This record gives sequence, structure tokens and C-alpha cells, in this order.
Amino acid sequence: MPDYVPHTDAEIDAMLGFLGLDHLGQLYDHIPHAVRLARGLDLPEGLSESEVISAFDGFAQRNRAAATDLVCFAGGGAYEHELPSAVKAMASRSEFLTSYTPYQPELAQGVLQALFEYQSMLCALSGLDVANASLYDGASAAVEGVNLAAAATGRRHVVVSRGIHPHVRAALHTYAAGSGLAITEAPLADGVTAWPADLAEPACLLVAYPNYLGVLEDVSEAARLAESNGALLVAYADPVASGLLRSVGSMGADVAVGEGQPFGSAMSFGGPYVGLFAVKDAAYVRRWLPGRLVGETVDADERRAYVLTLSTREQHIRREKASSNVCTNQTVIAIAAAFHMAWLGPRGIREMALQCARGARYLRDCLTMIAGVEPAVGAPTLYEQAYRVPRSPLVVLDRLADEGFLGGIALDGDYPELGNAILTTVTETRTRQEIDAFAAAFEKACSP
Amino acid sequence: MTVPPALQSPGAGRAASAPLLGHEAEPTIFELSAPGRRAWSFRNTGVHEWAAEELVPAEHLALEPVALPEVSERDLVAHASRLSHRNYSVDLGAYPLGSCTMKYNPKMCDAVAAMPGLVGCHPAQPESQIQGWLALMHGLTEALCEVTGMAAATLQPAAGAAGELTGLLLMRAWHQSQGNPRTKVLIPDSAHGTNPASVTLGGYEAVTVPSNAQGLVDLAALRDLLDDEVAGLMLTNPNTLGLFEREITEIAAALHEVGGLLYYDGANLNAILGVVRPGDMGFDIVHMNLHKTFATPHGGGGPGAGPVAVTERLAPFLPGPLVRHDDEAETYRWFTPAQSIGRMHLWHGNAMVLARAYSYILGYGGPGLRRVADAAVLNARYLKERVRGSYDFPFDDPCMHEFVASAARIRRETGVKALDLAKRFIEEGFHPPTMYFPLIVDEALMVEPTETESPQTVEAIAQALLRIAEEAATDPEAATAAPRTTVVSRVDEARAARDLKVRWRAED
Repeated sequence: MPDYVPHTDAEIDAMLGFLGLDHLGQLYDHIPHAVRLARGLDLPEGLSESEVISAFDGFAQRNRAAATDLVCFAGGGAYEHELPSAVKAMASRSEFLTSYTPYQPELAQGVLQALFEYQSMLCALSGLDVANASLYDGASAAVEGVNLAAAATGRRHVVVSRGIHPHVRAALHTYAAGSGLAITEAPLADGVTAWPADLAEPACLLVAYPNYLGVLEDVSEAARLAESNGALLVAYADPVASGLLRSVGSMGADVAVGEGQPFGSAMSFGGPYVGLFAVKDAAYVRRWLPGRLVGETVDADERRAYVLTLSTREQHIRREKASSNVCTNQTVIAIAAAFHMAWLGPRGIREMALQCARGARYLRDCLTMIAGVEPAVGAPTLYEQAYRVPRSPLVVLDRLADEGFLGGIALDGDYPELGNAILTTVTETRTRQEIDAFAAAFEKACSP
Repeated sequence: MTVPPALQSPGAGRAASAPLLGHEAEPTIFELSAPGRRAWSFRNTGVHEWAAEELVPAEHLALEPVALPEVSERDLVAHASRLSHRNYSVDLGAYPLGSCTMKYNPKMCDAVAAMPGLVGCHPAQPESQIQGWLALMHGLTEALCEVTGMAAATLQPAAGAAGELTGLLLMRAWHQSQGNPRTKVLIPDSAHGTNPASVTLGGYEAVTVPSNAQGLVDLAALRDLLDDEVAGLMLTNPNTLGLFEREITEIAAALHEVGGLLYYDGANLNAILGVVRPGDMGFDIVHMNLHKTFATPHGGGGPGAGPVAVTERLAPFLPGPLVRHDDEAETYRWFTPAQSIGRMHLWHGNAMVLARAYSYILGYGGPGLRRVADAAVLNARYLKERVRGSYDFPFDDPCMHEFVASAARIRRETGVKALDLAKRFIEEGFHPPTMYFPLIVDEALMVEPTETESPQTVEAIAQALLRIAEEAATDPEAATAAPRTTVVSRVDEARAARDLKVRWRAED
């Protein structure tokens, strides 16, 4: 057993002696015997460090990891991107990793400034004015986005595009059981959101850009629609696509939310990721912005300094009147995202998005040569694309796995209206050779 | 009471030796930017290099580049390193920040979290490809159920507050299934702020239960508040004063009598590992903060992980999917419970945090976890007794893993506030205790040494606390002007809120 408790027996005795106690059990004398655990915990004996590492090697070996054991063409909210060594090294520095929330700013200028820079980059990416210091993931960011809209407008109904990630929609419904918000789902027509004619006084419209099927939605039109109905537009924006596309803020979104995993984080079996959240500078920000916010100020000697600010919005001050309960967020993941965005810069981020789009275009040229395979929706896409396949998607994906590919995500469960369909994704990590091999395997997998 | 000589080593655990290269502000990364400079490179994929205009309809294409900084990798790394030098951390020294459990984060757990076979998995891979992950999650779930005395658990909630909301939605689903979701949830006046905020988000009215003179739940007042509209009671035990709720069985019985559910806020679970289990105390729902109890790094404020465990009758409502073992096929499978409240996370929770916590549990094993609680309580009890006299304890039951001292008398006599003492304590080479929480203690300083600090470090913390209290009387300005040894002096928080500047702009 590794022992991170430093006390020697003699020291324990000395401390107990100081307290006038004879043995450790007496520390709990005031706890009623009826609730005490008479036996020890029914857990195995401890393991040494090397035994623990071996046990986890065992777990790792029982996986076929998409990034190492397969060639990954799956995305759908979790992406394999090139992760620079410098970003990994800097984000794992123990000063960031083993500190707490920067409640004592004099001891936390590093984390605070890194978060200030993260907020600034997120503003640039989204075309909006104020970004918070992170939320848990894309789902929690979307939930906080609609909650902000409800608080800002005083309305209790939100309209959510079916192009929003199915798991995000599921989370919205789960949280709505508590908040009482009514959710209407706007269907997709050929991959594009068809907003209902009567929006029934919504607090917001929630649209994804690009959406779950990879489609470039008309954000400007959604913004006009929201505005003419007195609602906010909340855009679930893909941060990688933002390197090439117009920012959602420039197209009229009031709030940008999203999943920041592509910057700074490996696929990590789904977490920890980072929820992106940015808003227009509006009166409601001071009252209703969820999560932590870092502001610039000065110290007693007039030097530039950073500090958590507007904390009167937050749960530890406002308690039951707070609009959000967020306390711990995803700080070090946000810091990693900031370092990655700085590593990319304006041209790198554009190149990254462009390479994804080129690969996806090439894959489409290849896959549409296959009999029975065609894009499942006709609208323009960027680097994710749903394909209709002539067989059960699960069979196709199983066969692709046999050939060494994670071929995508089956859509028949979440989007039965598309028939037999698979969502594929190409990132900048995929080479022409890999795409050629994938297309050949795809053809084989689709054959009877 | 005399301090045993073996425990005296006044320098122990202090970070006052950390080198400081200067006191100038670090420029922002934007100010280090030079047009055309770059760190990035990408592989040559061999794919035809279509122009953006050939791939994206014109109305979608960005009109100008994203205003990110342009820096070399060397400058980025230097900037990040300098920022890291401007931050305190557990790896640097003691961090007795009450309620936050800033214990040592074993490096072994970092090694586990870097394994390509774990970190390289896509969360939507089919079951057959992720048997290792499912086995890991299944094992962790079982261990957490044993530690808490519960029947089933979800690993999805990303932090304690997300766990709280999960618990409240479970509470709502349970009562709904009984015909009435009910309207109120009770919380003690000593509760963490996330409790009432979560109650509101769960669709309930938060009703405050007063504490008695001992700082424990006032059982008579609780009984007066109980009726058939009470959905549940959220309790931390030991509570936020670090005190064990001795009447917990009576509290549970009274609540259960009106059909309410008892919710365990696991913020302080580290104090009772292997000593008492929430399930045995009568709790129905438990959230855990893996980043506290099971030592996963706090990351400057996240990520955490807030799994929620429940009794048998609440298991059908848990968020899904969960992992089960198919004994016949000898494989692990996902399943979603029949009346599941839905989903609390984009995927399966903060998986790499879960892996770290499980490695910590496997390392310590059952008896080891008990040793964690013993040392945590011993350190806190010792420290409390060492500073008695200089600080007051308005609620003076034997403390568990932390205690709350009041500096009200110091403030009255010297004008030095708890805030000033905390800032002065920084100059002693430590991170300060939590200030002004819980709200029911005037000028509160909440101290949690944790079990990973040596007795000598705890003694050094004690001496520093005694020194600054004594100094407040003779030289109050030393405290009100502190800290003077840090990269910035006292930060103007009011100005930050008044002249809100939350992003870098070239024109500023």
C-alpha cells in the first residue's frame, strides 16, 4: 500500500498524548455506537503503486482505444485532434493542477490570469463580449444558456433545434424537471432546423452551428426570428469550426455555448471536458451570468492584478436566489484550451478547421462512389457528415471495427427519420491514405 | 499541555522558501503576440488542398481571422511557466483551506490518467471495445457503494453541485412516483451555498433549519418544520463546522416519518471513511466529491467529480447509462434504469477523474482508507487544541477533520479582521484557511489541515496562527497591510466589480 499519511506510530502517540487520549478510536467517542461501522470497509487490501499501475494497465488493455488501436472517424461531440506536447506539458504543471479555486487572489495570479486569457480568447472565438471561466461540459453550458435566457426574459418556454446533440437535449429535459422550463423541439428538414411558425413566446431559440449532423445552419435567420419574438438566440457553437466560419456573435447570437474538448483535451472517454459560455454585454450579465468570472484590477501598489469578480451573482453569496449552483468548474481544462488556442493562433485555428473540412470533402467524394451510400441530408456541412448506408449501421460499424476503424456513430437510435445512417467525422489527423483505406473498408462493410 | 518536542519543526510544510524572481506583472499572452509568428504545425495529410471558398458557402465564411495571439511555442511555454510560478499549490506547501480538503494528490493517479488505453477512448465506442472502461467504472461504483453504505450509484455528475442537483431531481422523481413531488427541502443554516442554490434548481423551496447552541441541527425546530410537503433534508455530516451530528438517527427517523428523504452532502466524507457510513446513519441519497475525499487534483477549481449513490428504492431513478456485469456473457454492459431521470452529463462523467479516484481507492484499500480518516481527524483535533485561547470556538464539540475558529474577539480588540489574518498568514508561507464560512460564525476561519500534512507541519501551522493572533494586538498594521511577500499585494476586489474588465482588448 502506498502511504500518503506521513505519521509515524510514535508521532501519533505523541499527538494523542497531547490531547489526553490513549488510542485513535477515542477520536470518535462522541459518535453514537449505533451508527458506527463495527467491521472494516469491505474493500480489498491496499496495493503498492506498481500493483495499482498494473491493474490499470489491465483495464487499458481491455479497451480498443480509438486514438491508438483504431483509426478514428467518429466525432459527434468528442474529437481526436492533434494535441501539442507543449500544451500537455504546460497544462499538467502541478501549480495549475494541484491548486484550488482562486479565492485568495494574491496566491493565485497564475490561474486567474490564465483564465482571464481564456475568457478573452473565447470572446474572440464567439464574437461576444463576456465569457465565463468555464462550465462542466457542452451539456451544462447549454442548460445554463437556456436558464440565463429564461431569467433574462422572464419566460418559461424554450425552443430547441433537433440539430442539438441528442445527449445535450436529454440533459436539457433532465434539468427542466427541476427548473420547470417547457421545451419544444424544432424538427430538422433535410438537416436544417425548421422553426415552428408559432414560437409561443420563447425565452430563447437554441441552435447548433454546425449542428450534430454537421450541417451549417442559418444562424442569422434564427437570430432574426429570436429577436422578432422577444427571445434570445443561444448558439451551440463548435469551437473548431469557429476558426473558419463566421462567429455566432457576428450573426446575432446573444449567447454562445459549446464543448471545448477539441482544444487541449484528449477524447478521455468523455471527460473531463469544458463547457464554453459567452454572452453579449447586456444588463442581465451582472445578475445572471452563471459560473465564475475573472476580472482585471490592481493591487495596493497599483500593479495589474486579477481577481474573481461579480461574486454577488453566485451561490455562495446569493444562495437560494442564485440562478446557477455552479461552484467547482473545469478550470485546468479551460487553461489547457487557452494554451492550445494560443499555440494555434488565428492562422493555425483556420488551418485546423480547413484541414478537417478538406478531409471530410475527400471522404465524401470516396464514399458516395459506393452503391447505396449517400449523404443522409442535403444541406452543406463542414467536417461531419451523416451517410445513409444500405445495411444496419451497427453491422457496418462492427465490420469496420474488424478492419481497424472506428467508423462513426450509428444514427438510427437518435434519428430514426434518417433511416440507416452513420455520422462520420474527419479531423486534421486523418491522412489521404487512411481515408482511402477507410473508404475501401466501408464499401466492403456495406456489401451484402 | 506541553507540545512534544518531536512534533516541533517550525519550518515544516512552509513554502516561504519558494523563489521569487520579481514583482512585475506578467504581460498577457496577447501582449506577447507578433503578427506572423506561430507555434502551430500540422501533418501533410496528402488530401487535395481545396480553398475554403470551394468547401464553404460564402455566407458562412469568416470575414476576418479570429483575434487570437500569435506567439512562438517557446514564448507560450515561458509565459505559461511564469504564470505557474505566480500560483500557490498543494505540491508547494500546506493548504489548510477548510471544507476544500486540499490534501496531497498522489502522482500515481496522474500516471493512471495518462494511460493511452484509457485516455484514447471515444465515449461513443461500442461496449465490446471499452470493456476495460466499463470494468473500471463498475469497480469504482461498487467501492463507492461500500464506502457510503448504498446500493447503487451514478458516476455522471461533474462536481459536487451537479451531484446535489442530481440528488434533488432523484428526490423529485421518487416523490412524483408516490403521487406528490412535494414543495420544500430543508437545509441547515450552516450549509454550503450550493445546497440552497441546488434546491431552487430542483424546483423546491429552500427552508432553513436553525442550528442549536452546539452548532448541530436543532431537532425540536426541525420537527416543527416537518410535514408532508417536505421532500427531504440536505445534511453534511460532519457538518460545515466540522462537528458530527450526534442526533443523526433521531433526525433520520423524524424525517422518514413524514416520508421525506435524507440527503448526504459528501463534502466532508473524508472525515468518516471506515468509521461511519451514510447508509448506516439513515441517509437515502449521497453525493461524493471525489476531488476531496479521494484526492483527485482540484485543478485550480476543477474538474471535480460528484458521483451520487442511493438506496435500493431510489436506484430505478438514477441517470443512465449505468454499468452492469452480464454474468452469463462475462461482459460489462450499459443499461439505463427503468424510471431514469435522464442524463446529467454530455457523456459518462469526468472519466479521467473517476479513474484517478479509483486508483487511489485501490492503493489504500479498506484499512488504508480508515487510516486517512484517523489522521485527518487527529491533525485537526491537535491543531484546534494548539490554537485554543488565541482563537475562540463558538461551537466547541470535538471536531472531526476540520474546525471553525472565530476571530471576532481579535477584531473587537484590535480591529484586525479574519480577512487580514488570512492575508498575514500568507506571509508565514502557507495558504490561508477558508474565511467567513460558515455564515453562522462571526469572523470565521475554517481550518482543515488534512491527513497528508505531517505532525511537524501541523505544529508549524499552529505556531503561525498563534503568532499572527498575538501580533494583531501589538502591530495590527502588519495584518491590514499584508501580504507583502507575494507577487501582488492586496488585490482591489471592489474595483474589479465596479470597472468590469473581463477580457483583454488592444485599446485598453
